[in-house]
Amino acid sequence: MAARTRYAPDRGLTARMTATMFLLGLVFVAFVALIVGLMSHYGASSALIVFVAVVVGGGFAIGSLFYSDKIALRTAGAVEVTPEQAPELHGVVDRLCALADMPKPRVAIARSPIPNAFATGRSADKAVLCVTDSLLARLNKDELEGVIAHEMSHVAHKDVQVMTIASFLAIIAALLIRFSFYGELFGGGGRGRGGNNNGGALPILAILMLVSIVVYAISFLLIRMLSRYRELAADRSGALLTGQPSALKSALIKVSEGMNRIPTRDLRAAEPLNAFFFAPAMRLNARSSLSTIFSTHPSLERRLEELDKVQQQLSKAG
Amino acid sequence: MGFLDTLLGRTKPVQPKLDDLFALPSAAITLEAGAGFTPTGSGSVCFRPVEGRSFADVQKDVTDLLDMSAGQEGALPVEVSKDDYGFTWVVDSRMSSEIDALVTDLHAVNSALVDNGFGPQLLCTLVAFRDAEERRLALIYLFKRGTFYPFAPLAGEKRDNALELQVKGAIGPDLKWEQDLGRWFPVWGAPGL
Repeated sequence: MAARTRYAPDRGLTARMTATMFLLGLVFVAFVALIVGLMSHYGASSALIVFVAVVVGGGFAIGSLFYSDKIALRTAGAVEVTPEQAPELHGVVDRLCALADMPKPRVAIARSPIPNAFATGRSADKAVLCVTDSLLARLNKDELEGVIAHEMSHVAHKDVQVMTIASFLAIIAALLIRFSFYGELFGGGGRGRGGNNNGGALPILAILMLVSIVVYAISFLLIRMLSRYRELAADRSGALLTGQPSALKSALIKVSEGMNRIPTRDLRAAEPLNAFFFAPAMRLNARSSLSTIFSTHPSLERRLEELDKVQQQLSKAG
Repeated sequence: MGFLDTLLGRTKPVQPKLDDLFALPSAAITLEAGAGFTPTGSGSVCFRPVEGRSFADVQKDVTDLLDMSAGQEGALPVEVSKDDYGFTWVVDSRMSSEIDALVTDLHAVNSALVDNGFGPQLLCTLVAFRDAEERRLALIYLFKRGTFYPFAPLAGEKRDNALELQVKGAIGPDLKWEQDLGRWFPVWGAPGL
């Protein structure tokens, strides 16, 4: 007998996320094709630059993936806590893990005036979940559970891995911009003295730089878009896991209010971790559409709207 | 969860496994023979309630159903309580000799939730035991994994790991044990224990 389920996936969200990833893939393919085309047209003189960029960029991405937990914990100034030190927090995590059938992540607490939480780590087994002490102080248990369920959904969706892979393209493009810039500065001068200027070396670097800038800009926007969709997906999965979308809504409102009250000087210190946070620490002008396309998280209004849908779905009779 | 679901951020809620619960009565006999623990006759089902009307209706149906079946056999009616973490416990108390009936009752609660589409909300089922020295022990069934683990609380949120491992050894292969010790999570102050 097939059990009835009230947990249908959100097709709209899935479609938008698929489209975003498809576009990102398309940009990647176009980028590779352009570079290969450029190199075959102008000779392999620029192949070394591209090769170095891929190696350095790949190393960077793999490194940040492998050390993501350590880097994030250190940046946030967080310390791991044992069940004896934080029994309530561990109790909430334990229960959610048993509900979702997930291995238990390590649990850490960061001292920070910003109420927030993040989860990171290269796999579900190596995951670490961190909350700030002000989050624990400000939220009640239901709200805390909602936030932790959201973070555990990030772990289940492998968001750290997905976003690292998605960022790979942008990292390569950024490196190529830098390399071709220096290449033009120094490489151009060297050829002039040597007298073996083949005439093609200068344009190829300029074109490479231009292409890289365009690719970087487009992929940057797509990555931000993907990040926002994944936040919505985590909100949704988290609310379905606890069965309490309203508790998550109330946590979101409390956390966002808290962020607006804290002075910017403190907030900026937390900026590098933004993409992994429960709610972004830097809030630009929330209403303008420009800030929306650049931000890693959807607006509070958007998140509440999506959670309303979950609520309706769960309380549907029958 | 499949690759595509991960990629698209779609978590499929985990459906519970109910059937392994019926291994409990025979395990209880082995436990009594091997370690001297007898069932107290009380057991409970723990789940995370869903906000809204439809879940409240299901919950009421379940407790009504149990009240009726318990009433017929002259046992105590069920109790429903909420713990500090917002989870609901349905406690069913029977005579200590009625472990078969107890497991049937608990299974009825579980299937009622599953049939109404709330299976993913089930957390665990707990059956309480005592020995001659009044030491407390619970066998806890994890729905999502279909596995059991022992939980022996001591005063002051400590647990008697030695006793737990002894119980696991005494029952042996009669129950499907949770092999990952990291998932033997404590349920302090669980109703019915």
